[in-house]
Amino acid sequence: MFDDLRELYQEVILDHGKSPRNFREIDHAKYHAHGNNPMCGDQLEVFVETDDAGNITDASFLGKGCAISVASASLMTEMLRGKNIDEARKMFEGFHEMCTTGDDNALAGVGQEDADRLQVLSGVSEFPMRVKCATLAWHTMNAATKGEAGISTEDERG
Amino acid sequence: MNATAEAIVNPVFDVEAARRDFPILTREIHGKPLVFLDSAASAQKPRQVIDAERYIYENEYANVHRGIHYLSQICTDRMEAAREKIRAFLNAAKTGEIVFTRNATESINLVAASWGRKFLKAGDEIILSEMEHHSNIIPWQFLRDELGVVLRIAPVTDDGEFRMDAFAELLGERTKLVAITHMSNVLGTIVPVADVVRMAHDAGARVLLDGAQAVTHIPVDVQALDCDFYVFSGHKLYGPSGIGVLYGKEELLEAMPPYMGGGEMIRAVTFEKAEWAELPYKFEAGTPAIAQAVGLGAAVDYMTGLGLDAIGAHEADLLNYATQRLSSIKGLKIIGTAPGKSSVLSFTMDCAHPHDIGTLVDRAGVAIRVGHHCAQPLMDRMCLAATARASFGLYNTRGEVDVLTESLEAVQEFFG
Ligand SMILES: Cc1ncc(COP(=O)(O)O)c(C=O)c1O
Repeated sequence: MFDDLRELYQEVILDHGKSPRNFREIDHAKYHAHGNNPMCGDQLEVFVETDDAGNITDASFLGKGCAISVASASLMTEMLRGKNIDEARKMFEGFHEMCTTGDDNALAGVGQEDADRLQVLSGVSEFPMRVKCATLAWHTMNAATKGEAGISTEDERG
Repeated sequence: MNATAEAIVNPVFDVEAARRDFPILTREIHGKPLVFLDSAASAQKPRQVIDAERYIYENEYANVHRGIHYLSQICTDRMEAAREKIRAFLNAAKTGEIVFTRNATESINLVAASWGRKFLKAGDEIILSEMEHHSNIIPWQFLRDELGVVLRIAPVTDDGEFRMDAFAELLGERTKLVAITHMSNVLGTIVPVADVVRMAHDAGARVLLDGAQAVTHIPVDVQALDCDFYVFSGHKLYGPSGIGVLYGKEELLEAMPPYMGGGEMIRAVTFEKAEWAELPYKFEAGTPAIAQAVGLGAAVDYMTGLGLDAIGAHEADLLNYATQRLSSIKGLKIIGTAPGKSSVLSFTMDCAHPHDIGTLVDRAGVAIRVGHHCAQPLMDRMCLAATARASFGLYNTRGEVDVLTESLEAVQEFFG
């Protein structure tokens, strides 16, 4: 019945949605923020740890959400490790643009391997209501690295 | 459509004939026939309502209450005739007790800003329930922050039943207002409002009922209920958006100051002072939603023509059938099972988040609502972030419930 949704819900997404990686807290993490998507009631917490040189040594998340937002968060925590904060933000920007525009070139500034992994979520660009699900963890990570306590995507109607 | 779906035919209500009144129901979504199960958010419009609006624009439109020319007079007559229809629909004692607003939200804000500011003071208590829509919470929070009134919250059971015992305990000398929903938009619970009103009045409190959901499913008689205020929106009652209603008892409306200032609501103005117009115009500053009011009158005619009891029986049958069919889906939990509940069915599924459910069934042409339904405190109470909600209107069928069931089974397969 839902064959044409396989593009949105690729196997990787279903897998990460069902069994999220790095689904835990990091005690005393260097960066930490709450993300809230009032539209669907999704709430995430993102933790990022760095070493003295500013390289990300660990990233994790906790929270509840739909398959898309959980899978996106799970993938993100896997990919952040080994990057520095600037690279993490660059990934966020590219990913955000890909989700909103559907343009694969958006990931030009991101390494090929990472770009390939992020592309599994490019299907959301055709579902405007779901873009925020895919980007919530990334927004939250971005806010955390700026020292902000939390972000909320805009509110719902009626 | 399976055999059981067609076995029971409601003798008084011809749903197929009613469906033909709603042009939008013939369209397809993603190549599938539309199955519209989101009427609790906003209902579709019958041709009778669409035609009434078009007719007035094409034949009788002008501003109301100000021109002496022919069109202004006839348009005024049409709008006032609509007001009279709504009076009869609610069985209000007087037409002046029917105030046109934009929606239920504005009606509640009007009462909070006008009646609340004039008659409430620090320490006075307002009782709400755990089931309230945000629009029956925030206006009272404004008053709390402005005046220091205290909000007390009447609880519901895990099944979503309104707890009369706990409500009785909250009532006291300080209670000045009970502002409560007549029917929950999430749980479908019907609050025993006649008892609520009686008990509140015994305690010396006024009662505002949020009828945004209830009016579309059950006959409402404001005099029998003896409520002080009753509010609803046109768009959920198969009428236009942009028009809503505040019913208030005459003596209360008379005592209340205007909500907004402007044209239409004054009798005489100098730069020193103004005299307010009579009811209900005192509360209707500015050019109103004229065609929408007329459209709402047509919607009320349409509903009464079909018969509220017949509609109610049809919807009760759909709700029972849907409850039974959805209960058979493994891992699906129905949220809100109060006895006597009405036509909304909220649920969660173990295998999928409501948002994913919504995206999937949309592909099958099924429109349901997912999220917190503007009732976040209720979601917290039920320990849920969100639910999926199918809501039934007069035009829905058992066959559509079957499509919903099949699409939810497919959701389970997809994620399971
Ligand atoms: C119970 C209840 N109250 C109030 C409202 C607000 O209605 P409106 O947005 O039309 O003002 C709604 C609509 O969702 C509702 O379901």
